[in-house]
Formats: sequence, structure tokens, C-alpha cells
Amino acid sequence: MKKTKCLTPYVFVAPAVLILLFCSIIPIIITFGISFTDLGLAQLGKWNLLKFTGFSNYANILSDRVFQKSITNTLYYVCVGVPIVIAVSFLLAFLLHGGGERKIFSFFRAVFYSPSVTNMVAVSIVWLYLFNPSIGLFNDVLEFIGLEPIMWLKSPSTAKNSLLILSVWRNMGLNMLIFLAALQSVPKELYEASSLDGAGKLTQLFKITLPNIMFSVFFVIVTTLIGWFQYFEEVYVMTEGGPANSTISMTYYVYRTGFWSGRFGQAAAASVILFLFILVVTLVQLWLQAKNDK
Amino acid sequence: MKRKKIIGNGILIIILFVLGCVVCFPFFWMILSSFKTNLEIGQSVPTFFPQNPTTGNFEHLFADMSFGVYLKNTVIITVYSLLGVLINSMAGYGFAKFRFKGKNILFVIVLCTLMIPAQVTMIPIYVIMNLAGLTDTYTGMVLPGLVSAFAIFLFRQFISTISDDFLEAAKIDGAGEAYIFTRIILPLTKPILSLQIVLTFINGWNSFLWPLIMSNDDKRYTLSVGLALMQNMYSQDYGLLMAGATIMIIPVIVVYAIFQKQIIRGISLSSYK
Repeated sequence: MKKTKCLTPYVFVAPAVLILLFCSIIPIIITFGISFTDLGLAQLGKWNLLKFTGFSNYANILSDRVFQKSITNTLYYVCVGVPIVIAVSFLLAFLLHGGGERKIFSFFRAVFYSPSVTNMVAVSIVWLYLFNPSIGLFNDVLEFIGLEPIMWLKSPSTAKNSLLILSVWRNMGLNMLIFLAALQSVPKELYEASSLDGAGKLTQLFKITLPNIMFSVFFVIVTTLIGWFQYFEEVYVMTEGGPANSTISMTYYVYRTGFWSGRFGQAAAASVILFLFILVVTLVQLWLQAKNDK
Repeated sequence: MKRKKIIGNGILIIILFVLGCVVCFPFFWMILSSFKTNLEIGQSVPTFFPQNPTTGNFEHLFADMSFGVYLKNTVIITVYSLLGVLINSMAGYGFAKFRFKGKNILFVIVLCTLMIPAQVTMIPIYVIMNLAGLTDTYTGMVLPGLVSAFAIFLFRQFISTISDDFLEAAKIDGAGEAYIFTRIILPLTKPILSLQIVLTFINGWNSFLWPLIMSNDDKRYTLSVGLALMQNMYSQDYGLLMAGATIMIIPVIVVYAIFQKQIIRGISLSSYK
């Protein structure tokens, strides 16, 4: 390693560090600051009008029905969506792993990952069409097999679950790849040894496979949780939070309060609360990682 | 025993094939519908293949909807984002191969940014960009997502494995730092460099949040922002919307199909350290 007193290393790291400083570190400090002020469109550029308002933004949004709704919705997305997406991606990885290294299975692997690389807006628009209650394909299929049509995104009782179907479809690919890599890293000798002992496939799944990939499972759960706390684009494009706020998420609340209503102070307070949720999950992840390293 | 295995594999392939068709169906449906007229789409009994295939929807997009402008903006933003790969790899080299004051604290700061979600910082970033006069510019749309702490981390890990003696030898031969970085380090990081270029292309092409927040003027809209706007204005014109979605999705699918092996291997390796 080169020991140097000159400026060279700083030249190499400076662009990245400066951009992160101005687009990540300083903004998060400002978010905390703004959340205690009445910053709105009127105060942008006229900073002498800016007033310190203490915790009133927090008090206001916490008593706001819509914000409460956005918290319960986000928790619903996280608590229902994450287990489903993890189960589906594990099942796919398990099936693909069963096929081994042959070419046809890497083809299927690529197919299952393809929804994850596509543009969320474009994909949402396609699904809006599929979900359309009168001319959408899903209701045509239901009608064809003799079932009642569903209102999908148009009714408060089904809208959240409809969004979840789309999100599971889009997000299963990445977790599947991680699970597959984990499954392939389990030593084959373990299976051979247990087969000689007469263990069945199901016993092997619970006694060898799952314990060996436990850490990957935790890793996937935590990163997926963090991702789903930031549920945004689906809501933005497909429902704008409706009908009757039944799909509004915390990030969408932040966006709407800030960029539609121009109440930047309140939006910042909402994002601080969101950050606290994510911070808790991240700390759990760090704790688990530390425990695993020991 | 062998026969049983072949049958088992056959069943597995059939199951995966059916699941694969289900997963891909939205894409097939999108492409097929983009060539249908709205009259055909509105029929009570749906047709699978277009009865009278038409390119009218695509013509409409470019003739009346300034999709050409959106496409140009998207290409500019995608190319601009590639600058991020250079910045990330430079930082990775700096953190891997030099000892300097404040290195550890700077690296920890870089890693800390992994914890900060974009939506928490979008209000102050908007305010900062507004003060700097960068709203409604390509720079304003690209800058917030340009640097990725995860990419820096990956470059650092990879460059750390390059032998120091090798670099010292080059130095003794009179190679400058810029020469070492561009002619020795970058070629040696080719696997990760190419993965980052492909992923940056896909992310740049798909980027939505920052272009949405930073652009007030329809002259600066990207395809995804323009498409979201179109969805609000023409929510019933499904033929048109499917044509727009097709234009957005097909380039990414093509790039993905070409590079899928490298992408998937790269993701598997970097996620399972």
C-alpha cells in the first residue's frame, strides 16, 4: 500500500464523497432541521419568513387521519407483502436449484428475474390495463371460468392486495437469485451423507438446507423489509393513494405533502418518522450480522 | 433410478415453463395490445392477436405527444449517469490503494449513506438544487443518484485484490497516477466494471423519482415521467399507453437478454459475500 502525503488519493475519492455529502449526508441533517420549521413554498428563497415551530409539525401529522392511514397501510404492505414475496422467491429458487446447472434452467432463471429490470412506470401502466374492471384481462378470465368480477384497484377493499400482486411479481426475481446462490453454496457432501443415513427429501430440507442458508434468509428478509417501507412508485402511478386513501403509503404521503401541497416542514417530519422505522430495521440487521460474524 | 430422474426433470421443466409464461404474460399482452386499435381493445370478448395490426399508436406517440423529446432526454440522462461509474471506480481505487488522513472516517461516511432512503432526503435535495439553480436541468436529475455507496464498496473490494508490487513496478517505470488508473486498474476490474455499466444503463433508463421531482417543464421530461403524465391524461387510451410502455420496456429487455449471464452472476456474487 502506498503511503503518501500528497493530494492524489483525495483527488480520487473527492468527487464521490462530495456528491454523497451534498445529496445524502447534508440533506438528512436538513430534513431534521426543516421538520421543526414551517417551511413551505412561500418561504423558499425568502428565508427571513421562516419560523421555528418546535414539534408542531409532528403533532399535526400524527393527528392527521391520512398520515395514520399511511402508516397502517405501509405496515400492511410490509407485513403481508414481504412474507409472500419471500415464500414465492424461495419456492422458485428451490425449483430451479432442483434442476441443477443445465442451460434450460438458467434460461428460466433469466425469465423470472426479467420483471425486476423493467421500468416501474411502464409496468404499472400495463397492470392498470390488466386490472381494469370492464375491459381488463383479469376480469375476462374470471368471467370465462364463471366467477364474479372483482373491482381490483377501484375498490378500497381490494386495492391494496391488487398492488401487492404486482409488487410480488416485480420483486421476486432479486430474492430468488440470492436464495439460489445460497442453495448452491450448501456442500453436496452433506446431502450425500444424510442420504446414506436414510434421510428423506423433507428431512433434508429442514435439517440441512434451511439451517445452512439461514443467514441468507435473514439478509433477504431485512433488505426486503427496508425496500418495502419505501413503497412509492406503484402507488404513484396506479392509484395516487386512492380510492379513499386506501393505498396511500408513507413515502407517497411525504411526496404529496411536500410537492403537491408545498408543506415541506410537515413532509420532512413525516420522512423523519419513516426514517426511524427504517433505522430500527437496519439496526436489527447490523445486530444479526454481528451475531453471525462471531 | 435414472429414468425416475428424467421424468422428475421433465415435470420440473413443465412446471417452470407454465410459471414462466405466467410471469411473462404482462409483457406479451402489452406488445400485442400496442398493435390493436382502441375499438378492438374495448370489445367485450378480448382478442389475443390483433385483428388488424396497426402501428397507429406508435405514430401517435411521436407525432402528437412529444415522445421524441422524452426519448432524447432519457438517452441524455442515461449517458450522463454513466459518469457515475467513473466516479465510483475512482473512489474505489482511492479507498483500496492509498493510505491517507481521514480515510477510515470517510469510508464509514460513505457506507452510512446506504442506510438513507431517497424519499427521506428528497425535500432538502430539492431545496438545495433549487438554490443552486439546478432544477429543470439534466444535472439536477442525475446528480442525486450518480454515486452509489454499494458500487464504491464493490470496486474497493475488487481493486484491493490487485497486487501492490505490480503497481509499484509501473510507478518506477514512470507511470503517472492517471495512467495507472486508466490503463492498469480499469482494465483489470473489467468484470465488475462491465456489470456496473450495464446496471447503470438500466437504472438510468428507468430512473423516475429525481426526473419527476426536478423537472417542471415538459421539455425536460424523461420517458418514465412523460408516461406517468400520459397515464393521468389519457387513462382510457390503452392502445396508446401500451405503445408507450413497449418503447420504455423493450430496450431494457434487449440489453438484459444480451448481458443476463453477467448481470445474474454479478448480483449473485455481490449479494452472497
